Amino acid sequence: MPKITYIDQAGNSKTIDVENGLTVMEGAVQNNISGIDADCGGSMACATCHVYVEDSWFNKLPKAEDAENDMIDMAYKPEKNSRLSCQIIVSEELDGLTVTTPEKQT
Amino acid sequence: MIKTDVVIIGAGPVGLFTVHQLGIKGLKSEVIDNLDKAGGQCIELYPDKPIYDIPAVPECSGKSLTDNLLQQIKPFGTKVHLNERVQEIKEDKGEWILKTNRSKTFVTPNIIIAGGVGSFEPRKLPLKELTKFEGKSVFYSVTDKTLLKNKKISIFGGGDSALDWALELSKYSKVTLIHRRNEFRGAPHTLKILDKLKNEGKISIKTPFQIHSINDDKELKFIKIKDDNEKIEKIETDIILGFFGLIMQLGPIVEWGLNMNKKTIEVNTENFQTNKPGIFAIGDICSYPGKLKLILSGFHEAALASVECFKRARPNEKYRFEFTTSSKEIQNRLGIKK
Repeated sequence: MPKITYIDQAGNSKTIDVENGLTVMEGAVQNNISGIDADCGGSMACATCHVYVEDSWFNKLPKAEDAENDMIDMAYKPEKNSRLSCQIIVSEELDGLTVTTPEKQT
Repeated sequence: MIKTDVVIIGAGPVGLFTVHQLGIKGLKSEVIDNLDKAGGQCIELYPDKPIYDIPAVPECSGKSLTDNLLQQIKPFGTKVHLNERVQEIKEDKGEWILKTNRSKTFVTPNIIIAGGVGSFEPRKLPLKELTKFEGKSVFYSVTDKTLLKNKKISIFGGGDSALDWALELSKYSKVTLIHRRNEFRGAPHTLKILDKLKNEGKISIKTPFQIHSINDDKELKFIKIKDDNEKIEKIETDIILGFFGLIMQLGPIVEWGLNMNKKTIEVNTENFQTNKPGIFAIGDICSYPGKLKLILSGFHEAALASVECFKRARPNEKYRFEFTTSSKEIQNRLGIKK
């Protein structure tokens, strides 16, 4: 199973085995990773699963759709490497992906 | 003071269907919602997005689902108190007393919380120093346009609200529109006007910029914004408007002594009652083993909770399970004439 690493603003890091096909958001929620709220449950309607993707990984991910970027506009402190974790689908290619959760989601 | 059999908190699809399930059992209810219209997330977050998993409805939009539910509960004449939030609850002789932020009081044996993920509040700019200016020179919605005449206004956001207000206010104020990326998301016509105003020098557009800091005085005088390359610009500003959509906050519910699991309320699945007798939680806000956050699950939860509400509201009557297809009494309540 691909390993996904979640780092919070304090630098605490957790690496989780996430099943292929789940989203990075689901991996977090199912494993009690704090810092990802996912209020809308993954329907790309709330921007509370916002993460920063490590630069080396950011360009490897399939590009965000317009609708995702529109939602990221609403997120707390978006950056160039911001993504919604509900839109990143885990696969073998993403083994080792590292994301950082923002200081807060709202 | 309003006395009723059940107070429903939340006018989303599940809250609305609860009115129906209570209504066919002959129970009166009142609905309270913080938004300015019924429909909850369906209306506020995705009015036009198609939904494909409502049983027997192959496809509908959040808007049409809401309209149909309102139609379905019309016979009961239930009042929906909009723009209103339940602030506190207390128990008194087996009944619950609710107070809203508009000083309305409700007395009821049953509260059904169908609050989704909480009430909608505007998202704010991520700068603590702005809090003290909120309502004075920092706004997240516009209620009084006259305050915004002949001012230096910095508008943050890239969607319809930000664009519409930028256009409107540029008629009589000096407007700077600031957005974190170069693309704006608005109606083509709006974008065209924006472009024109920009070329005529009537609106200043700053992208890709985000807020960095403000002056450190009693009055707001200027803001500093920063781009992706850490370049900082100073903009003279009397008024800041931020349009980042809405966020859901659980609000006062967390203080009611209910057993919570993260942002959800724990219930038993027999009747969706919480740890407090007479307080129920259904829809996205409740949690139990196997819970799915689906509208259809919320409908089921509403049906079961309504039975327990009946028992509590009518302790001297026996609850009888009936079908709408055959019960004359239910058909009467629905105003069906044959």
